[in-house]
Formats: sequence, structure tokens, C-alpha cells
Amino acid sequence: MLKILKKLNKVEWLFVAISVGLIVASVWLDLKQPTYMSDITKLLTTGGSVEDILMKGLLMLACTLGSTAISIIVGFLVAKIASGLSLRIRSNIFDKVQGFSANQIKKFSTASLITRTTNDVTNIQNLVSFGMQSIIKAPIMAIWAIVIILGKSWKWSALTASAVGVLMILILILTIFVLPKFKKIQKQTDSINRIMREDLTGVRVVRAYNAEKYEENRFGRVNSDLTKTNLFVGRLMSLINPFMTFIMSGLSLGIYWLGAGIIQETSISLKLEVFSDMVVFMSYAMQVVMAFILLTLVFVMYPRASVSAKRINEVLEDKSDIIDGEGATPISHGEIEFKNVSFKYPDADEYVLKNINFKVGKGQTVAFIGSTGSGKSTLISLVPRIYDATEGEILIDGVNVKDYTLSQINDLIGYVPQKAFLFSGTIQSNLKYGSKAGEKPSDADVEKAIKIAQSDSFISEKGGLDAEITQGATNVSGGQKQRLAIARALARNPEIMIFDDSFSALDYKTDKKLRTALKREKKHTTNLIVAQRIGTIKDADLIVVLDNGEMVGIGKHEYLMKQCPVYKEIATSQLSKEELA
Amino acid sequence: MRTRNFDKPKNFKKSFADLFRYIKKYMTVIIIALILAIAGTVLSLIGPNKVGDLSNLIAEGMFLPTGIDFSAVNQIAYTLIVIYLLSVIFTYVQAFIMTTVTQRVSKKLRGDICSKINRLPLRYLDSHSHGDILSRVTNDVDTIGQSLNNSVTSLVTSLSMLIGCIIMMVITNWIMALSAIGATIIGFVLMGVIMSKSQKYFKAQQETLGELNGKIEESYTGHAIVKAFNGKNDEKESFEKTNSALYTNAWKSQFFSGIMQPLMAFVGNFSFVVVCVVGAVLCSKGMIDFGVIVSFMIYIRLFTSPLGQLAQVATTLQSTSAASERVFEFLGENELEDESDKQTVLTDVKGKVEFKNVTFGYDKGKTIIHDFSVKIKPGDKIAIVGPTGAGKTTLVNLLMRFYEVDSGEILIDDVPISKLKRENIHKLFGMVLQDTWLFEGTIRENLKYGKPDADDREIEHACEIAGVDHFIRTLPEGYETVIMDSTSISVGQKQLLTIARAMVENAPMLILDEATSSVDTRTEKLIQKAMDNLTKGRTTFVIAHRLSTIKNANLILVMKDGNIIEKGNHKSLMKQGGFYKELYESQFSSKYSEIVED
Repeated sequence: MLKILKKLNKVEWLFVAISVGLIVASVWLDLKQPTYMSDITKLLTTGGSVEDILMKGLLMLACTLGSTAISIIVGFLVAKIASGLSLRIRSNIFDKVQGFSANQIKKFSTASLITRTTNDVTNIQNLVSFGMQSIIKAPIMAIWAIVIILGKSWKWSALTASAVGVLMILILILTIFVLPKFKKIQKQTDSINRIMREDLTGVRVVRAYNAEKYEENRFGRVNSDLTKTNLFVGRLMSLINPFMTFIMSGLSLGIYWLGAGIIQETSISLKLEVFSDMVVFMSYAMQVVMAFILLTLVFVMYPRASVSAKRINEVLEDKSDIIDGEGATPISHGEIEFKNVSFKYPDADEYVLKNINFKVGKGQTVAFIGSTGSGKSTLISLVPRIYDATEGEILIDGVNVKDYTLSQINDLIGYVPQKAFLFSGTIQSNLKYGSKAGEKPSDADVEKAIKIAQSDSFISEKGGLDAEITQGATNVSGGQKQRLAIARALARNPEIMIFDDSFSALDYKTDKKLRTALKREKKHTTNLIVAQRIGTIKDADLIVVLDNGEMVGIGKHEYLMKQCPVYKEIATSQLSKEELA
Repeated sequence: MRTRNFDKPKNFKKSFADLFRYIKKYMTVIIIALILAIAGTVLSLIGPNKVGDLSNLIAEGMFLPTGIDFSAVNQIAYTLIVIYLLSVIFTYVQAFIMTTVTQRVSKKLRGDICSKINRLPLRYLDSHSHGDILSRVTNDVDTIGQSLNNSVTSLVTSLSMLIGCIIMMVITNWIMALSAIGATIIGFVLMGVIMSKSQKYFKAQQETLGELNGKIEESYTGHAIVKAFNGKNDEKESFEKTNSALYTNAWKSQFFSGIMQPLMAFVGNFSFVVVCVVGAVLCSKGMIDFGVIVSFMIYIRLFTSPLGQLAQVATTLQSTSAASERVFEFLGENELEDESDKQTVLTDVKGKVEFKNVTFGYDKGKTIIHDFSVKIKPGDKIAIVGPTGAGKTTLVNLLMRFYEVDSGEILIDDVPISKLKRENIHKLFGMVLQDTWLFEGTIRENLKYGKPDADDREIEHACEIAGVDHFIRTLPEGYETVIMDSTSISVGQKQLLTIARAMVENAPMLILDEATSSVDTRTEKLIQKAMDNLTKGRTTFVIAHRLSTIKNANLILVMKDGNIIEKGNHKSLMKQGGFYKELYESQFSSKYSEIVED
């Protein structure tokens, strides 16, 4: 929690300081008001003139007005502080997650990261906005009151102290019971989010399988779990309020009860003094307890917020497994070499890739083919450092990829993923997405990319570059999505293009046209292509055949047809003999 | 992102009426809770009174020769302890009931949103941000749950206290009561003005929160792209826009809710002074005696605290209203038409399918499928090919009634599908989509998705056919492996699992929409063979780009721009030498140049 509070900036700390000052003033004004009230009462009982009463009344009103004005200003400051803090935390989390590696995203899960960025931050905002005033006000009030009653009867003091003690113990016990449950609540909120998200993204499958009931049951289970935890926590927390009232009332009763005894035993002359002491003690003891109650109210909110703070810190402090390099200057733009590269996922026993070696020059095309699960996608994801090689090294222009900064590498690479993902916005905003060396693609680049990606006709059908893309790009077909994803990568004029099975949703004709245009227009681009279709890769300068993570063949089509049985088998499964000839 | 206008919610009343429907069934316990709350209030009025007695007793006894009357003191003390304990019990039971009710209501709301998703047309879901819907389930329902709990009881207790005080005051002296009431009215007017000014910020806060959630969901989902494209700044820019909008709305709504209580305290003190001054005037004219003023002063003090509480409640209810308006807005969306009255049921289908003059467009005025007609014989394997965007997937959407045709009709075994329940239609088709959706659960649970009572043998058999059995067995937990974000399963393997899932379901007809696009061709061949066995005698729709996989289809429909431009089997289409032939030949590099030229 403290770590989170460190995120306050200078202006906000200034606001906090001002608030403290103002709250001191308002406590003073608050303590002043009762004197006017008793003055007025005195005037009334002694039959004071209407003018006198009006005078005192106006003074008292001025006091209240001052205190009201202060409260409003403090309210303003606190609102600014709380929302400013949560603005910054959200921003920090967002930035941090943007810098995450694929492994980190997987580790936290997207659903949980979403809850952490909104719901958890809201919990903290609530604590700060409702708790800050109390946390400042309570100690001031308590100390002020304690100073006044210090030195009166020890019996009363002891009673007050024990009342405070009981209050503290109660809060402690509750916190011990409740804190782990709050952890659970946030986790269960993650699950709620997750299932709901699955339900939304898989809505077609859910309906096709008539699995609505199934989904509802699945959701129902998590929902019941969450409700159970919430009920447990809520019922426990409900104890606080009645108990506090009980302690307060009990304390005032106790003071009188004790007082009766004390007065009985004092000598006649001092009795009146002790009596008035008792009344004063009573009102200030109430202030002390009130102060602690204010604090406990904060503690009611604290557990949930502290759990949230922890979850946020987990994200903010998570160390990336991909460490940014120092930066290096690429020489010839686009030469790639794999040297004895092996890879396994963290915590996994088996290697996904074993001992991969190949080299590809500028402007060449290297293709990867192999059965499902043979490690093709993993292999190419090592180049932009989505994952880091476990052993061996990958060199771009003779420099280890780990020595470049990530943004340097990403500037070099145009990446088209297996699952085309577009952002909501317009076609234009998607095609101009991202930057290279800080620059956006120019209109001419975009225009050219569209042509190569065979997208001009459908874009104009949709109404041009400003046509809307909905979230999840549900308003374009799978093939169109893929072509836009390709155009988006091309628009950046990268030195290296990576196609991770990016032609799968294209029909052969478009696929062919696209690749031809690519070859013609982007002569100097190095291409890494993962594909299932022999036709797509047949003309590659180099074909790497993978089987179970190992290279079982490398060379050109004709060579592999003769020398590599795995390749031959794949090829013959797709094409007839004549077609292969 | 669509721009939103944060207008004042017209539905403050409506959203509470909606909420009330959810609370109604708990009315009896709520009334018990409220009675307890009122009883607690009464006790809290008695308490200070008794303490006053105690103080009087001590004060009187101080100078009496007999000393303080300890038996009387003790008696009062014991009574007080009983009163305090009773009030602890009352308040706790009341709070217990209210917590339970609110949690149950929250649960019901979440559950209803979940089942609502299943009843909404795809048209709605396809065009709305998922993150925003998620925000309604978590953030908005959370807000309702947290705020409703306290506000209902404090509303009742403070109102009863307020009314009680006013009644007592009117009885005591109406002139002074009028001035007190006047001050209160000023208070309420102030409250009303602030509330009406600030409500829009509460609403905007929940809405921007939802919008931000949507933005975040998108950015996190597209994380790989953001990174690869150095697109951080783009994301950051649009994120910060919404984030700072949320900031503005958050501090404004919080500020306004913070104003309420000090203002009410002021109103309380103001009425105190008014009463004192008016009282002094009346007193000096001899119209009332001093005792009246004193009791009025007590009433006023009692009167101030519920005023402050009401202000608090008012602001809480503002966020409740804003949140519940969003929840009920979602729950109130138009649902899929109710089909409970549809009597026609198709069980043993032969598999005859007919499209009759079907016309359809996702947007009004933009027709995608033009007057589409085709007749399909039972047991046929139909392949739909054509360039991307030709409307192939749209046909599936219509066949499954994910979307409804604009005009024309689709018939299965001569029964128009509009006469059938959607559930019935879905049962007739096994479906494998390009999108490999699996949920977080064990592999076995995923495979049983379409047939919950499937036994292990069926499941394993399906996996063997789909060529994924071996892979599953190499996983440490085998079929019990939980598929999660962090499980490393390739897209191809996921696709095999979805194929196995469809095989387990064993429906009379099949739709394969790019079902094997991410599977390597060797595996695909094996699956193909197995599927051919499986689909023997079943009407099967195949959408595929790899034309080699559909060569043996009985009927190939070549689509372009929403029309069928050619139809026939592979041989006849090749002979025809049209678009299909061109498409087919484009697979092979040897014919490369010809195609590029056109």
C-alpha cells in the first residue's frame, strides 16, 4: 500500500500538506462551535437580549461557514488527489503491461490484467478518497483531546484506553479473518471476468453447441463462489458498526458509573470540580473514541484496497524475462543467422526446438514447413524476441538480437501473426498503426502496402480508408483481416518480414498475387515464412523442414524433394504427381 | 471508439424501479430489517436520555447528605447495558440481512447478465466492446453491491429520525417548528440542486470506466501486435484520452458527493441558530417559556445527524443509480425472438438443405448475399469456395441462424428454419470454425462440450481420428490437462481439438469453416480420411481454401461477391474453364506468370 502511495506526485503531496493544515483549522473550528452553543444556551437561560444571542449566533454561523468552506476545499483537494493517483496507477500498469513479454502476459492472464488495471485501482481510489480525510483528521482529533484530558482521573483514562484497546483488538481479529478472503474475492472477480470473456469471444461455438446452459452453469459456479466469499466478508464486517456503537455508549456509561464512585469518595469541597471534570472528560473521551472509530472505518476499506495494492504491485514489479539490449547499429539490414539455437518454454522439461542452424541473406526468403506442433511458429517468434532462445544465438546483421534494443528490432521487423488482430478504429488507423524510428508510415507507404496486400478493391468497396473497423474486426472477413494485417506490416517498410502462417485465410489466387507483388515490390526485404501450403513456399530461397523441433531438411524445393522424406511426404499429400513436376 | 454523450440520466427513477424488481422477493426480510433498524433508532433516542438521568442523579446526589443513590445508579446502568446490547443485536441482525440481500441481488444481476449474453443477437455482440460488457459485470455490479448495502437502511433510519423529530417539534411549538423545517427545506433544495448537477458525472464515471475497460481489453489482447509494431504510443494516446476523461469525471463526482455532508452540517447549525434566535424573540415576548427552547435545541441536534446521513445516502444512491442504469440498459437490450411457441421439431433429418432466394446484408442497404438459391441433396458434401469476402462465412451465419435472412428462406428437409427453434437447428449441425475457441477447463471437459454424457471411449476415439490423441497423452496430465492462457498448445493443435469436439458431438450434419487451415497437410489428409468416413451419408458444408481437400465434393459452389458464379463438381468445373479453374491452378507455381498478368 505504501508503495502505491509513493506514486503521488509533488503537486499532490502539496495538496496533502494543504489538506493537513486545513483539517487542523477545521478541527479547531469544530471544537470552537460547542463553546458558542453553550454560550447561547447560557444567554438563553440567563435571559440575555435577542441582540446578544443574534451576535453569538452569527459568530457561530461564521465558524460553521468557515468549517464548511474548509471541508469543501479539502473535499476538492482529496478528490483531486484520489483521482490523480488512480489516473497515474492505471497509466503505470498500462505502460508496464505494454512492455510485458508474451510469457508475462500468459503468467498473469489477460483477464486478470484487465481487472488489475480497472477494478483494483478503483478499490484504491475509494480508500484514498474516503479514507484520507479520516486518516488525517483522526490523529489530530485524538491528540488534541488527549492533551486536554491528560492528568484527570487515571481510572477514567484507563477505561478510555481499554475501550480503544478493545476496538483495536476487534479490528485486528477481523483483519486476520477477512484479509485472506479479500484476496479470494479479487481472484474470483478475475474468474468472473475470464468466463465472461470466454463466453463473449466464443459465442458462436457456444450457440452452435447449444451450450448456453453449460456456460451459465460454469459461470454460476464461480458466481456462487464469489457470492459466498462476499457474504462471509460482509457478515463479518457488519459486526464493526454495532460493536463500535456499543463501545462508545459503554464508555460513556462507564465514565459516569466510575464517576459516581469517585465523586462519592471525594470531599465535599472538591465534588463540584470533579463533577465538571467528569462532564468534560466525557465529551473529550468521546472525541478520542470517535477519532479511533474514524480510523476503523478506514480499516474497513483497507483490507480490500491492500489486496488490490498488492495485486497492482505484482504487475508493476514483475521482472521481464526479456531484457532489453544496449542497442547496436545494424549493418546490412536484414541478414539473419540461427546458431545452434534450442528453445524450451520456462518450466517445461522438453525442448520445443533443438539445435537450429541456418543463415539467410538480405532480400532472401526462407520458409519453414512441418507438421502441426513441429515448432515453426516458435522458431520465428525468437527473431523479434517474443521469446528468447534458451541456448545458442540468433544474429541479425551479425549482432545478437539480445544486443539490440527491443524497439530497434521491432523497427527492423514487420510481423504478421497467425491470428490476424486488428484494432477498433478505421482501416487507416490500423494501417498506420505503430511507428518505425518514431515515424508513422506515410500515405504513400500505406498506398503501396495496400496494393501489395491485394486489398485495394475491398477497401474501396468498404468505403475507403476511413471505413470503420469494429472491435474484434467482426465487420471484415477472415481473409480481409489477414490482408489488412499484412498491409499493416508492409506499410512500415521493414527490412525483415515475418509471416506466421499468414496466408491461411487467403484463397490461392490472392495468395499467389500477393506473393508475386511482394517479390516484385520488396526485393530487398528478407522474408521468413511459415506455411502449410507447399505452393506458398515452393519458390523460397531456402526451405527449413521441421519435425518435432528438429531440422530434418534444409535446401531448395527440388533438393528436398529428393533428399528429405518428410518434405516429400508433405508435398505429395498436397499435389498430384503432375502438379509437382 | 464511438463517441458517447454523457447526458443526464433520465432514468434515475427507472433504474431504481428496475432494481426494486430484483429486491422485491426479499421484501419480507427487508421489512424485518427495517423494523429492526427503526427499533434501533428508537433505542438510540432512549440511550442519551437515560445517560442524562444518570448525570442528574449524580449531580443531585452529590450534595445530599445521603450521598449518591447507588441503587438507582446501578439500576439505570443495568437498563442501559440491556438497551445497548439489544441495539447491538438489532443492528447486527439488520446488517446481516441487508448484506445477504445485496449479495444475493448482485449474484442474480451477474447471473442475469451472463444468461443475457446467450440471448442477445450476434448482431449486438459483434458490434459492442467486450471490455465494456465485462465492466458491467464486475465494476458496475460491484458498485451496486457495495453501495446498496448501507444506503437502504440508513435511508430508512435517518428518514424515520427526521420525521420523528419534525413531529415532535410541531407538537411542541409550530412557529419554531416552521423555522426549523424551513431550514431543512433549504437543505433539501441544496441537495437536489447538487444532485441534479452531479448525477451526470456519476453516470459518466461508470461509462468512461466501461470504455476504458474496453480499451484495455483490446490493447492487452493485441499485445503481441502492439509490441511488434512499436505501437506503444498509439495505444498510450488513446488510453490516456479515456483515462483522463475518467479522471475528470471521477474527481468531479467525488467532489460533489464530498460537498454534501459539510453543507448539511451547515444547514443543521444554521437551523440551530435560527431556532435559538426565534426562540429568544418569542421568549422575550412571553409567548413561550424557556423549557420549549431547551427541548427544541435537543431536537435540532438530533435532527442534524440524519440530515448528514441522508446527504451521504443521496450520493451513494447516485452511483448506485448510474451503475444500475448501465446494468439494466444491458439487460434491457432486445433479445432474440422468443421461440417457445414453435412446435416444429426436426430430429431424424435426412439432410436436404435448400436456400431459396436468400438476400442478406449486415448493414441495411449493403446487401452481401443477393437472391441466393441452391438445392442440396441429402448426404452431399458441399464445398463453398471463392475469394475472401465473397460471403462464404455469411452463408454459415445464416444457416445457423446466427443472423436472420432479410428475405427468402432456408429449408432443412423442406421445413423452413425460421419455423424451428434455434436450439433445434444447432443440434442438427456439428460445427468447426477457423477460430479455435476452447475454454479454460480440462481437455476432457472441452471435448464433451457438445455432448455432456459422452463416455471416455467416445472421446478418445474422436481424438484418435482427429490425430490428437497422441499429443494429449504426451501432456503430463493427459486428458485432464487444464487449458489455460499459460498452456502452450499451438493453434494447429487447438484446431485438432475443436475437430475432435465436433466429432464427439456427432451431429447429423456438419459445417467445416476453414476447419483445418492451421493444420499441416499430412495431418489434414489423415483427418480428411477419417472425416470422409464420418461424414458418409451426412450433409456436409465445407469452406476451404485448400482446393485439394474439396476435390471429392459432390457439389462445389463458387462464390464471388455474394453470388454463385459457378457450380458443379471438380471435373465439370475444370472442364468449364472458368473462375474455379483459375483458382485451382493458382495453387501451383508453374502457372504463376499467367495469373499475375491478369
